Amino acid sequence: MLSATELGAPRSGLTPLLYRVVARRSDTADVTTLWLESLDGSRLSFRSGQFNMLSAFGVGEIAVSISASPCDSGPLRHTVRDVGSVSHALCSSDVGDVIGVRGPFGTDWGVTGNATPNDTVIVAGGIGLAPLRGAVEELVAARREGAGQVFVLVGAREPDQLVFLDDLAVWEKAGAVVLSTVDRSAPGWSGHVGLVTTLLSNAGFDAHHCRVLICGPEVMMRFTARALIDLGVDPASIWVSLERNMQCGLGWCGHCQLGPLLLCRDGPVVGYLEASVLMNERER
Amino acid sequence: MISIDELVGAHPFAAGLSDEHLALMAGCAQNVALDAGTMLCAEGESADTFYLVRRGHVSIEVHQAGRGPIVIETVGPGGAVGWSWLVAPYRWTFDARALEPVGALAIDGACLRAKSFEDATLGFALLSCVTQELLERLQATRVRLLDLYGETRA
Repeated sequence: MLSATELGAPRSGLTPLLYRVVARRSDTADVTTLWLESLDGSRLSFRSGQFNMLSAFGVGEIAVSISASPCDSGPLRHTVRDVGSVSHALCSSDVGDVIGVRGPFGTDWGVTGNATPNDTVIVAGGIGLAPLRGAVEELVAARREGAGQVFVLVGAREPDQLVFLDDLAVWEKAGAVVLSTVDRSAPGWSGHVGLVTTLLSNAGFDAHHCRVLICGPEVMMRFTARALIDLGVDPASIWVSLERNMQCGLGWCGHCQLGPLLLCRDGPVVGYLEASVLMNERER
Repeated sequence: MISIDELVGAHPFAAGLSDEHLALMAGCAQNVALDAGTMLCAEGESADTFYLVRRGHVSIEVHQAGRGPIVIETVGPGGAVGWSWLVAPYRWTFDARALEPVGALAIDGACLRAKSFEDATLGFALLSCVTQELLERLQATRVRLLDLYGETRA
């Protein structure tokens, strides 16, 4: 199959490149990870925290965070939750199917080439770990070279909705502090039960000298940020990932506007000092 | 060796208590080490003792026929297990079990109630401590009830 470029289509941020699904994995009942390779052999250069627009041809296009790490030499990786028609089509993709990819877009977590001796705390709720996965990979790699400790705190609704269990085990083995909790227990679950914020006070990070990256539902991010500030974390050291209705990815269409920000361009990663005001804004 | 007064004073539950009230509370306290699996309290039983967790984790459970124990919440270091000791009919509503070796301060609730009846300022101070704990747990429970993770990004 010819790529859009080979077909003579103009190369712009609006033109998807064709990628083939080379592997897939069902993470939970409604979450699927796809590994993708471009048909023209090109490699996507991105930073942890950015997103791509993925097209299921004939169905539509949605914004999906990149769950690969810039350190990875393998295929591009996206983790998709089946919540609508486009995400359902993407989750239903088989190995060999071709989808469209535009991007990468948006701001990143700022960890690439930014090693620090201070602790880094990752707080993820549900599939919010997907946009953080690349950052954790980078931080764990930097830790091996003397950077600060990495704390990965993960919350999910139920035990069978915890994602990336294999990665969590690898990160823990590599020296990261990995803690998980669920909102609702299930028979056989012997782990922590409670809101993800209940993991913060006993995790062991240096609240006065750390940076925190949070991704999950906005209510969870608000509560987490407030709990961190109560522990002594500097609000300026907290970053969150926000999402609205991303469509063009280029800051042209305005669908993803949140206050003064166009989140496809000025987000999704935003400093908490700026985000806190916007997150508390009641949408009309 | 650290005294029981110092251990009680160092626990977050007792933050804000005066030295006088800390001493009264410490008089009802005992430092205990619990093996994994130990039941701290059981549903329906008399609520005589509550625990301030110093090390390890405790699960708050309810037993459901055919499903065994269901964990409702996990309490870690700095948390308190039990507040039924403060309110009539002084009976536990849930089970609590040590998930691992647990270090805790076991507080004689009946002893503390008796002291509170004699000294209303102690009673109010203790009620403030319990209310703080209750508030945090209630807020966390409310957020969990929102089923937030059903709405996260794709």
